[in-house]
Formats: sequence, C-alpha cells, structure tokens
Amino acid sequence: MTADAHAAAARAAVQRSLAGQRRPLREYVFHLALLVSVALALAFLVALLSYVVVHGWDRLDANLFLNQPTALLRRIDEAGVQSAIFGTLWVISLTALFCIPTGVLAAIYLEEYGRREMWFNRLIELNIQNLAAVPSIVYGILALGLIARPPLNLGFTVITAALTLSLLVLPILIISSREAIRAVPNSIRDGSLALGATQWQTIRRQVLPVAVPGIATGTILALSRAIGEAAPLLLLGAVQFVTFNPSGPDSSYTVLPIQIFNLATRPQEGFRTLGWAAIIVLLAILLLMNSVAIAVRNRYQKRW
Amino acid sequence: MSVTTSTVPGAAPPRRSLGRSRPRYGEAAIKVVLVAAATLSVATTIAIVISLIPPTVRFFDKVDVGDFLGGTRWAALFKPPAYGVLPLVSGTLLVTAIAVAIAVPIGLATAVYLSEYAHPRVRRTIKPVLEVLAGIPTVVFGFFALYAITPLLQDWLPWAVEPRNALAPGLVMAVLLIPTVASLSEDAMAAVPMELRDGGYALGSSRMLVALRVVVPAAFSGIVAAVILAISRAIGETMIVYIGLGAKPTFTANPLVEGETMAAYIAQAGSGDLPVSSFDYTTIFAVGTLLFAITFAMNAISIRLVRKYREVYE
Repeated sequence: MTADAHAAAARAAVQRSLAGQRRPLREYVFHLALLVSVALALAFLVALLSYVVVHGWDRLDANLFLNQPTALLRRIDEAGVQSAIFGTLWVISLTALFCIPTGVLAAIYLEEYGRREMWFNRLIELNIQNLAAVPSIVYGILALGLIARPPLNLGFTVITAALTLSLLVLPILIISSREAIRAVPNSIRDGSLALGATQWQTIRRQVLPVAVPGIATGTILALSRAIGEAAPLLLLGAVQFVTFNPSGPDSSYTVLPIQIFNLATRPQEGFRTLGWAAIIVLLAILLLMNSVAIAVRNRYQKRW
Repeated sequence: MSVTTSTVPGAAPPRRSLGRSRPRYGEAAIKVVLVAAATLSVATTIAIVISLIPPTVRFFDKVDVGDFLGGTRWAALFKPPAYGVLPLVSGTLLVTAIAVAIAVPIGLATAVYLSEYAHPRVRRTIKPVLEVLAGIPTVVFGFFALYAITPLLQDWLPWAVEPRNALAPGLVMAVLLIPTVASLSEDAMAAVPMELRDGGYALGSSRMLVALRVVVPAAFSGIVAAVILAISRAIGETMIVYIGLGAKPTFTANPLVEGETMAAYIAQAGSGDLPVSSFDYTTIFAVGTLLFAITFAMNAISIRLVRKYREVYE
C-alpha cells in the first residue's frame, strides 16, 4: 500500500515537472524555418505552373498542333509548333531504341557479373557516376566533334540528336536499372542456380521479370530528361529554322525545347505567348510521363 | 523422408563431375555483349576527351595559356579578337554564387525536415513533388527567368536592372538546385544510424539539437558532396543562363547587368554553324575543355565524399 502510494506520488511529481518544462522558443522557430523552406520550394512550383498556364492558355489551340512555326510577326497568331512536336517524337523514339537496351545490359553486367574487386569494374562504376554529372553541353561538344562531323559524319540529323541524347541519359538509366536489379533478393538467384539454371537463364527468367517495374520507372524518368534537354542540340543544328516534319532518321529536325528557346529570342508579344503555350505542351508531356513512372513504381513495386 | 539416396548402401556412388559438363558458348557470348555495353560509358568519357583535345591544341597554338586564363576581355568572334576567359568565368561564378547561396540553406532545411521531422506520409508526398521540380526542363526555367522574374526585378529597381541580368537566372537556378541538394543530403542523413540519435535524446537533447549537433555533423561529408554537386551543376547549366543572362561577356560582379557564362558561350558559338577549319571553331572546344575539367574535378571530389560516408555507416 505504502509502496504504491509512493510510486503514485513520484509519478505525479515527475509529470508535474515535465509539464512545466516548456520546449524553448528556438525549437518552434527552427521547426517553422524548416517548414517555410519546404513551402518556398513547393510554392515556386505552383507559381511556375500557374504562371505558365495563365499566360499560355489562350494560345493552346488547334493551330499550335496543326501549323508550322513562322518567323513573321504578322502570321504569329496562327503559327504552331508542329515540326517541333514531331521532331521530339522522332528523336525520343530513336533515343529510347538506342539507350534502353544498352543501359539495361550494362546494368546487368555491373550487378550480376562484374566483381567489385576488379579494377576495371570499379573504373566503370566511378566513370558512370561522374558522367551523370557532366554538363549536357559537353555532350553537345562531343557530338559536334565526333558524331555530326567526321569520323561518324552523320550530319545535323535526327539520328545524331538521338545518339547524343542516348549518351547523355545512359548514366542515369544505368544507375536506376542497377538499383532495380539490386533490389531482387539473392534467394531467388540461389534457388534458380540450385535447380541447375545457368547464370543467364537465371537473369533472363527470374531476375529481369521481377526487376522490370523498377527498370521501367527509371527508363521513363531518363527519357523525360532527354525530352526536356536543349543545350546539346543547340550545337547540333536543331536551332535552324525548320518548318517541316522530319521525314526519317537522316532528316533535319527541331524539337520542342529548342523551339521554346527560339521563341525566347524574339521580343514581341506574339512569340512570347506562343512560347508559353509550347511550354504547356512540353510540361504536359513530362508530367504525364512522371505520373506514369510513379504509378508503375507504386503499383508493381514489391517489398521483400 | 526415409528415402535419401537411390543407391544401395555400401555401393560406390555414381561418378559425377561437379565441374562444367560442356562449354557454354552462349553464356560466354552474352557476357561479351554485356561487357561491351558497360564499356560504352568509359568509351564516352574517352570520346569526350578525344573530341576536346585536337581543337584545343589548335587554339593554344595561337593563344598563350596565360593570356587565356588571365585575360579580362573575351571577344572571340569579333575583330580584333580577345581571348581572355575571365569574363566568362566571372559570369559563371556570379550566377552560381547567387543560385548556391539560396539553394543550399533551403535545400538543407528541406532535407532536415524530410529526414528528421516529417511524418512518413508527408515525406512520401513531398519527395515526388521535388522530383517533378527537378524534372522541369531548364529551357522553361530560362523562359521564366527572362519573362517573369526579370520584369518583376525591373519593377523594383527600374534604373539598374537590364533586360538580361545575372540575378534572375541565379534565383531561378536556385530552385533547380534545391531538389539536388535536398535529396542527396537527405540520403546522407538517412544513413546516419538511429543509435546516434537515440544517444542524443538519452542525454536530454531536443529534436533541434539532435538534428543540428548529431545528424548534420554525422552526415557532413554527404552534405558537402551534395553542395559540390550542386555547384558543378550550376557551373555547367546552359539554357537558363543563355536565355536569362545573355551573350555579352562582361567582367563584373554586378548581378544586374548582362553577361555570359562559359556554357552559354559554347551554346552561342556552337549554334552559329562555324566552319570546322576556322579558328573561331576551336574557341568552342577551348572553353569546353575548361568547363569539362572544372566540373569533372568537382564531380570526382563529390563522389569520393559520398563513398566516405557510405563506408562509415553502411
């Protein structure tokens, strides 16, 4: 009885003293500062999107998709960006064709075959991390010096642009694919190998099917990076005035980000408004791709 | 359960080699293809260097290295030409300084909030939004700097702000860098073991003290890596500065006047379709070599620092 009473008294005393101990003001100030910082970043996103939509909405009409760009101020109100939309589709399709197989194969090698003790594999890994942060304009220089001009001499064409963007997003694609492959538990590999499957059979039939959603997410994000990229293509002829849709991989081209850049170099109101409208189209494509990527990740991602 | 072996007890087991029964050429061929794909990344780096070196050598045949690195006038495509790269460097550093000065505090605060304060559900909502922010094309940011931010600045300081200036692209680029800083530093903070935080709380520390005196110091090398990577991105960023800052090399620290960065010069001269044999053409590569060397070195430092904290905690 007395022990219980003592315990109750002690508990009450502790609670009293804890209740009296207010958190100092600086705790709240700090928490508030953190919240304000996060809010600033989010607010900018909202401000940017709403500003773009408000200024471009009126020009978001059929002309935008059906008509070609113009350099003439008197025709600007009916002009569109059709050649840029088709150019973007062409360039991105070829980019996907080049970079998805290469990126996934490289990721498979690094995760499943390459032993980290070997200097060569460590070199590749280090190199990929570094390439992921090399400025995009440098890829433009590489392509200008070696792809568009001799030795490859492919000219200022869709295929040059696609090869350049492939090299640019390959590191991103490899890093995300590796993460997806690494997330597959080793027990699955061991089980398959124990049943007599070869290493490639194990990868092909067990590891890859499980890793596909992760790889797909990374691929979509990498391609959306390529769609928005303009700097290297400035060096590769996309900035020319193109009023026709690409006819094939060896055709000259322009793309949406470059078209937006071109519109930014013209000070008149009509060009600017068309620019905001083209930005809406570009952002809509990217937001769509981003949401698909997030949906794939949430829907198919397995937790082991 | 009772049947463990099919052979008669006492009889010699059938001889089976555990080695490879027959050579698997398919497996070997596949491995060759995979190695080739992985080697492409090294080939890319080598190709970048190969594309840069010959024109750069040609450039330095005519221009003294000291004049290039120390000269304060850049007029490569004019007559008479001047090849002092400092105006391009100062333009680059000016925009970078503005962007980094804003992005680092906000990005770090965001990382501390996400890693130490936010409810997991809040974190799961905010992170994709930051990814969207990071995925907005830089040409859009440039357009925004030129046509939305600069007019605002001109309303406040109409006598001083030129239509192209360093402040507007700097502010906009800060927003571009926030997700980089936030997500990399948050990774570093998430790698700090829970025991360290628990130790701090057990000694009576508040949440803020644990965040600032335990988590941030423990994740410091990762945070520095994030900041270096952000600086490297800012230095190499092209479209925002080409559109927002302009194409007029100016050796100044004034953020309100037109200027040019290294990357913007490459874009400007490179989009002009200069003849390969001309000397002007080599200036693209000389500036490109400088840009590549700076960013490559910074990335290498950043990667090393990330490895360091991974080694300590993982």
